[in-house]
Amino acid sequence: MQAIFLYASVFLACLMGLSLYRSVFGPTVLDRIIGVNAIGSKTTTLLILIGLIYERVDMFVDIALAYATLNFIAVLAASRYFQKKKGLFDEVEGR
Amino acid sequence: MSLLDIIATAMIALGLFFFLGGAIGILRFPDFYSRLHPAGKLDTMGQFTALSGIALYLLNDLSLGSVLTALKILLIVVFVFITSPTATHAIVDAGVRAGMTPWTKETREEGRR
Amino acid sequence: MSANTKPDNPNNPIDYQAYSPFKPFEPPTPPERSPLPYFFTFCVCMITWLVLSGKFDLFHISLGVVSSAIVTYTSGDMLLRARRLKGLPGNWLRFIAYVPWLLFEIFRANMHVMRLVFHPRMMDLIDPRMFRFQSRLEDETARFIFANSITLTPGTITVYVSIFGKYTVHAIDKASGQGLPGEMEDRVGAIFGE
Repeated sequence: MQAIFLYASVFLACLMGLSLYRSVFGPTVLDRIIGVNAIGSKTTTLLILIGLIYERVDMFVDIALAYATLNFIAVLAASRYFQKKKGLFDEVEGR
Repeated sequence: MSLLDIIATAMIALGLFFFLGGAIGILRFPDFYSRLHPAGKLDTMGQFTALSGIALYLLNDLSLGSVLTALKILLIVVFVFITSPTATHAIVDAGVRAGMTPWTKETREEGRR
Repeated sequence: MSANTKPDNPNNPIDYQAYSPFKPFEPPTPPERSPLPYFFTFCVCMITWLVLSGKFDLFHISLGVVSSAIVTYTSGDMLLRARRLKGLPGNWLRFIAYVPWLLFEIFRANMHVMRLVFHPRMMDLIDPRMFRFQSRLEDETARFIFANSITLTPGTITVYVSIFGKYTVHAIDKASGQGLPGEMEDRVGAIFGE
């Protein structure tokens, strides 16, 4: 099983490289946010796989949980930062 | 290898397959609205299957510690299932408010001419 | 126009009654004071503490009780309102019965998007579009669950939900957007008895 976890981790790391392309060369800021979000969701899984390889899952699962929380908050804050203000009832006129 | 190990391996492989689809979809799709479809959802499904597989593998020895770890992994899965739509909606909302027009087939044919 | 439909600010340019299709705009009612939401929040905090700490001696459990009590005192009425608990336990059981169907639907739609991603002529197959529809769901939680279910199903993303229940959805191709609002809305409505 250890070999399976090792190969899965290497594969995930390669996929993170693919997502990194989008977050570096993305045409807009929001594309970069999408790339970073994809990398974060892969990292959550990768952390638990690393914990299985080192046989310390009980420790790494807490780190993964904290990382998932941080990823969510980072995406939320970044996408709230890069937007214009718009009123709640703006859509009413368009009905 | 026990039966549980085989099931766990299959689920992890399925999760990695979903992750692969998500990563390639982010690269191939034309604009950021359509890139959100693989980014937000295929990754969520990949996390769900891969983490469930790992939780199944941990249940091989039924001690208190491994059961608690499996419960924590399930907590991560539930957390991801609640937060992933919220994050996706935040990104798409930022795009709409910034006034980005979605890519459609018509704009593509205009670009060809 | 009766008194409770008039907005507080007389300079507010929006006439709510003229725009709302089915009901006058009601200002949010102040939450009822009830011990049930506080008790529920305390239980959720305590279970999370026990799972995360993993130590069951007296010292750690008393620490958890104190922390959960502080969190419950400061923000106990934010997780659930008192009227949300009225449908217990029927709503919750029906919601748990809804989750497997949603998971199966997510899996099916995932396969569809995976086929699109790996298809060599992907650019000809996809046809992104934004469309709107009016949902018949009235309850806020039902609208929230419906919007999140739409977003979790690959191929469709909820862009915006207005306060009158009008959904703006972005779909990746024709087939993904066709089923809305269909069986999913019926099932979400059935949870809340609508």
